[in-house]
Amino acid sequence: MKANCWVAPNRVAVEEVPDPTVLNPRDAVVKVTSAAICGSDLHLLDGFIPAMKRGDVLGHEFMGEVVELGSGARDGLRVGDRVVVGFPIACGDCASCQRGLYSVCENSNPNAAIAETAMGHTPAGIFGYSHLMGGYAGGQAEYVRVPYADVGALKVGDDLPDEQVLFLSDVLPTGYMAAEMGDVKPGDVVAVWGAGPVGQFAAVSAFLLGAEQVVVIDRFPYRLRIARDRAGADTINYEETDVLDTLREMTAGRGPDVCIDAVGMEGHHPSAALHAYDRAKQAVKAETDRPHALREAILACRNGGTVSAIGAYGGFIDKFPIGSFMNRSLTLRSGQAHVQRYMRPLLERIRKGEIDPSFIITHTMGLDDAPHGYDIFKNKQDDCLKVVLKP
Amino acid sequence: MGVRSVTDNLGIQRATRDQGSEGLARMLGWFSLGLGVSALAAGSRLARAAGVDDSRTARTVLRVTGVREIGHAAVLLVPRRAGLGPWTRVAGDVLDLAATGRAYRNRCGDRRRRTGLTLAVLGGITALDLYASVRAARNRRIRPGGFAHGSVTVNRTPEEAYRFWHDFENLPRFMYHLQSVTTTGPRRSRWSAKAPAGRTVEWEAEIVDERPNEMIRWRSVDGSRVPNSGTVRFTRAAGGNGTEVRVELEYAVPGRRVGTLVAKAFGENPQQQICDDLRRFKQVIETGELTRSDGTPDGTSIQNQAKQRPARPLATHRTA
Repeated sequence: MKANCWVAPNRVAVEEVPDPTVLNPRDAVVKVTSAAICGSDLHLLDGFIPAMKRGDVLGHEFMGEVVELGSGARDGLRVGDRVVVGFPIACGDCASCQRGLYSVCENSNPNAAIAETAMGHTPAGIFGYSHLMGGYAGGQAEYVRVPYADVGALKVGDDLPDEQVLFLSDVLPTGYMAAEMGDVKPGDVVAVWGAGPVGQFAAVSAFLLGAEQVVVIDRFPYRLRIARDRAGADTINYEETDVLDTLREMTAGRGPDVCIDAVGMEGHHPSAALHAYDRAKQAVKAETDRPHALREAILACRNGGTVSAIGAYGGFIDKFPIGSFMNRSLTLRSGQAHVQRYMRPLLERIRKGEIDPSFIITHTMGLDDAPHGYDIFKNKQDDCLKVVLKP
Repeated sequence: MGVRSVTDNLGIQRATRDQGSEGLARMLGWFSLGLGVSALAAGSRLARAAGVDDSRTARTVLRVTGVREIGHAAVLLVPRRAGLGPWTRVAGDVLDLAATGRAYRNRCGDRRRRTGLTLAVLGGITALDLYASVRAARNRRIRPGGFAHGSVTVNRTPEEAYRFWHDFENLPRFMYHLQSVTTTGPRRSRWSAKAPAGRTVEWEAEIVDERPNEMIRWRSVDGSRVPNSGTVRFTRAAGGNGTEVRVELEYAVPGRRVGTLVAKAFGENPQQQICDDLRRFKQVIETGELTRSDGTPDGTSIQNQAKQRPARPLATHRTA
């Protein structure tokens, strides 16, 4: 089969690889009908997430049709079912899964010891997301093996097109969990750093949870336009105006009740000098992640407010504004999305027409064009916000 | 390069290297290098400081010593040989003390004072080298055999965990080094372990003590080629959140031959092995299967972690 593989930093290629089969009783093999490129794939692309190997199949946002099942499939999954697969691989049986914390499943990372060395404890395995997260082949391919399919694959029926349900695999639950972790209450003002797919869905979800005003911060006018037109948010272009001043102004001095960092480890800063400072530290491995958005979210948040960090981080940061955070009674929450917890309720919201996630798609192309898709997504060319691949 | 154990997040104890003795050996290595280079490059100044600048022989000895110091440095700074390194330094120290002692007896006045000072410094260095050698040797003694232990928390009741473990025929499902365990009587079982070159090591074991849902203790029967014993304990985790499983394994004093057999039967590093075993025990008892990815198709193994395949489907398939 054909699959999109990581070749070297900033290089992917569609290669011919063996077809996957069932390895374990609870496995399924899914024929992929749609797979998306995620912002976090870009961290893998340039090598900011360590432990990639030449030839790793990428992709953790995908859906398709079950074509093969292991002997121990539970939960009535059948060959021929149309399914969306959540990106964290979760067994459903360990204490973490049973508490609903699927993205920290205790059993799904066979390389737990590497992750423990880097992080103290291991998170779950993730499709196509480095050997630190298990070394699983991803879904930017014609077929993919899905372990614990009874937990990870959600049957979606045939009533909705791929474009509406595909994002249940990651970015929609991720954006929703960002708003939920922020403890958004009716009447809240919510600020979201990053107008990528997760930021857009965090804004939409904040409104669903009752926010009165949502402000989205980015530097690309086309992304801010989508946030205004489709998510109903106000926007700040941080290259044109000072974010902290503007937020203070907008809230008459209070600051937003909830601040969401949907940027993560490769943030930018309008001040060239400050950006260069963190970029240099990153280059010499004095810090691995550039936390501009997180720092600003903490400083912006109202006293006693909540900062929700949903953008992906991989290692270590510095200049964490602990003084502001501690003295002003802030709360910080974070986590990879526990996708399996949100898939069903969000599918219901899509069915009822409360959300139509397809608005983020700007490009649809064949699997063969995946390298081009990575290129325009990474370099923000052609107003690219989300690429969907059709194997 | 000693081995000590740390506890990780799942409560699994695993082996880690004692960095202390390694660091000291490394420091001594750099010291040797510095001394060797200065003895060769600035021999006359060093000779003056040591009070032996009046003798041609002494200067030759000093140059030879310089070459020898560089040898020590090579042994100490190349990691694989670092275990022996401190002892080569101790031997060198004895030579140096003898030569300087002789020089001291033949000197007088200010030279005698400086040779005396050199003797004192050499004495101090010898003490440090001895300390490093003994420490490195003690650390090396922890070898396959002896004692290994580990623990893990599983999301099962003590009853379930006990029942699973009590059927020794289940053990090869998560203990990779075991080929099979066959129950031969109510308390007896026959164990077979994989050894290199497709050979097997076999022994007979018996349960010597058991408390239902709490503890099982077993040991190889008398006359076994691989004398060993083990205990597994099951305790309710705090708050009733699962069961803590703690395993201790003990081997006979590893004489050279028995030591090799133990290594064959329990793997090169029993401490690491038991950590992997417990992770896999958790996977099997909680999910019913071993966790396998494309990069790690044979499942959790610290030893194989460095030799991962790319994360793409296998060319040859092993189906469930």
